[in-house]
Amino acid sequence: MSTMIDDSRLIAEQGGIVGAWAAFRRRVSQGEIGQLPVIIGLAVIWAIFYAAQPAFLSAGNLTNLMLQIAAVGTISVGIVLILLLGEIDLSVGAVSGLCAGVMTVLNVHTGIPAPLAILGGLGAGLLIGLFQGFWITRFRIPSFVVTLAGLLAWQGALLFVLGKTGTINIQDKLIIGLANTFFEPVIGWVLGSVFVAYVVVGSVLTRRRRAAAGLAASSWTAVGLRIGVVAALVLVAVFVLNSDRGVPSAVVFLIGIIVVFDYVTKRTRFGRQIFAIGGNAEAARRAGINVSNVRVAVFALASTLAAWGGILAASRLLAVHQGAGGGDVLLNAIASAVIGGTSLFGGRGTVWAALLGALVIGSISNGMDLLSLEPSVKFMITGGVLLTAVTIDALARRGREASGR
Amino acid sequence: MAVAERTPILELRGVSKRFGAVQALTDVDFEVYAGEVVGLVGDNGAGKSTLIKAIAGIYPVDSGEFLFEGRPATIHGPNDATHLGISTVYQDLALCDNLDVVANLYLGRETAARRLGPLSVIDEVSMEKRAIDVLRGLSVKIPSVRTAIASLSGGQRQSVAVARSVMWDARIVILDEPTAALGVAQTAQVLDLIRRLRDQGLGVVVISHNLADVFEVVDRIVVLRLGRRVGSFDVHATSREQVVAAITGAEWGTVPGETSAIGGNGPKETLS
Repeated sequence: MSTMIDDSRLIAEQGGIVGAWAAFRRRVSQGEIGQLPVIIGLAVIWAIFYAAQPAFLSAGNLTNLMLQIAAVGTISVGIVLILLLGEIDLSVGAVSGLCAGVMTVLNVHTGIPAPLAILGGLGAGLLIGLFQGFWITRFRIPSFVVTLAGLLAWQGALLFVLGKTGTINIQDKLIIGLANTFFEPVIGWVLGSVFVAYVVVGSVLTRRRRAAAGLAASSWTAVGLRIGVVAALVLVAVFVLNSDRGVPSAVVFLIGIIVVFDYVTKRTRFGRQIFAIGGNAEAARRAGINVSNVRVAVFALASTLAAWGGILAASRLLAVHQGAGGGDVLLNAIASAVIGGTSLFGGRGTVWAALLGALVIGSISNGMDLLSLEPSVKFMITGGVLLTAVTIDALARRGREASGR
Repeated sequence: MAVAERTPILELRGVSKRFGAVQALTDVDFEVYAGEVVGLVGDNGAGKSTLIKAIAGIYPVDSGEFLFEGRPATIHGPNDATHLGISTVYQDLALCDNLDVVANLYLGRETAARRLGPLSVIDEVSMEKRAIDVLRGLSVKIPSVRTAIASLSGGQRQSVAVARSVMWDARIVILDEPTAALGVAQTAQVLDLIRRLRDQGLGVVVISHNLADVFEVVDRIVVLRLGRRVGSFDVHATSREQVVAAITGAEWGTVPGETSAIGGNGPKETLS
C-alpha cells in the first residue's frame, strides 16, 4: 500500500521475485496455503506411480485418467460451492444417477430427441436442488439430514424410472458423443490457446486497471510468471492429449464449467455472497444478503451440476443401470473437493479444487489398477489421502487463528 | 459545551418499552448532537441495550417520540434507522473473517462494473480505491486493504467495523462496548478513531462499562439506572465518583456536577 507506507507496523510489499516469495511465505505461515499441498501431493503420487510403472504417464493412460475423472470432477464443482456455503450435499451421487436415468428414459423409451432429453435430465436436477434447498432453508433442517434423505429417495426414484428392465442402453449419437468425442489436434490447440488468451487478457487488464487507479499492482514479472506457468501447463496438456486420441470433449466441458464457476465465485456479487455466508452467515444476513435465496440457488446449482456429471458418466458407459451414481461417486466427489483444498468449515476454497482433488483421487485409482493392486489397498490409501487433506485444512485453520493475534 | 441551543441530530422524548412484566425503559429522553461523543453508561440491566436497539429499529418502542433534526421521525425497523443515517456497531462486529477488508466494507453493497442482477461483476478497483480513502480519512492502520479480517488484530477489526458503519452517509454511529476485550494500544487506536468521527461532525454514542475509556473520549455522559435516565453529565465538570454514584444510585440526588439543563428529566425522577 504505497499510500500507507509511512507506518512502521505495515508489512510493505516488495517488488520483483524477492517480494513475491516473501508474500508467499507470509501467506503460508498465516494458513492461507490454498492449493499448494494438493499440487505437491499430486506430483508425489505421479512420481511414485511413474517409478513403479512408467506407462502411468503415457499419453494413452493420462487421457484415460482425464476421461475417468470428468464426471466426478463435474459433480465435485457443485460440492465445492456447497462447502463454500458451509453446508453439505450427500444426495449428489444419487441425483447424478437419477437424472441420467431420466434423460435416458426420455430419449430411449419416449423417443424425445436427445437435446430435449438432456435438458430434461438437467431440469430434473435443477428441480431436485430447488426442492432440497427450499426444505433446508424453510424448515431450518441441517442440509446433512435433508440430503441424506435425498440420497435414499433419489436412489429409489432411479429404480422406479428404470422400471423392470434395470439397465437401458444408449444408442443416440449425440448423447454418446458427449463424453466420447476427441477433437482434432488443430481444434485442441485452438481451445488451449483460447484458454491461455483468457488468462493473459484477464491478468493484463487487471494489472493495468489497478496501476491506472494508483493501487498496488503485481509486478510485470509476477504477471509474466503466472502467464508462463499457465501457458506451459496448457501446452503440455494439449500436446499429451493430442499425441493420443486428441483433447476429449469431457475435459473441455469440465474445464469450461470450472472457468465459468471460478469467475462467478470470485468476481460476481452472487459469488461474494456465497463466501460471506460461509464465513459468517449472521454478518451476511445483517448486511442485507438474502441468505435463504443464496442457499437455495447453490443447492440448485449443485444438483444441476450433479445431473450433468451423471449424464457424462452415462454417455461414457453407453448405458444407465440401477447402480448409476451409487458406490463411491458421492464419496469421491466430496473427497475431491476437500483434497483440492476446499475447507469443510465454509468460506474458503476455489472451484479449481474440484479438478485438482479429482486428479489426485483419479490418479490413485488409475495407478493402482495399472499395478493390479487389490481394491482393499485402493480404498485404504484413498482414505489416508483424504484424512491427510482434512488434517492439513484443520492445521491451516489453526495457523490462521494464531496469526490473527 | 454550549450544545443546549442547537438542535440535536436525534432526540428521543419520553420513550418507554416493556417486555412482558419487565419495564425496560421508562419515559427516557435521549439526544445526540452533531460533533459530539455521548457515553451511555449504566449497570447491567439498566436499559442501555434496549435503548440502542430502539434507536437502531430492532425493538419498536411502546410510547415516546423520535425527532430527527428537529422533525418527527418514525423508526419501525432497522431499514428506517439506516435511511436516517443511524448505524450501529454491535459487539460481535458482524465481519466475515474469510473475506478481506474491502469485501467487508462493501458487504451487501458491492459496486457493480456491469449490472447483471446477482451476477453483477464486482468493480474491485473502484471499491479498493474508496476503501483506502475511507480508512485513510479515519487514520485506520492496517497492513493492506486486501488482508483477510482473520489476520487483523482486535483493534483493527473494530476499526474496520466502524469504518463500514460510517462510510455510507452515517450521521450517528452507535458503538456497543467498542473497547471490550482490547489491549491498551488497541484501545487507544479505537478511542482515536472515535475522536476522528466526532471531528468529522458525526454524532457518536458509546456504550461502555469502562469509565476510564468513557472519561477519556466522551463529551457528555448519560446515565441510565433501572430503565430510567438519572442524569446527563458534562464530562469536564464531573468526577468519576459522581458518575459511579449515579450508576449505582448512591446519593445521586446530591451530585453537584449534573447539568440538568441537558438532562431534562433527571432531577424530576424519584428513585427509591
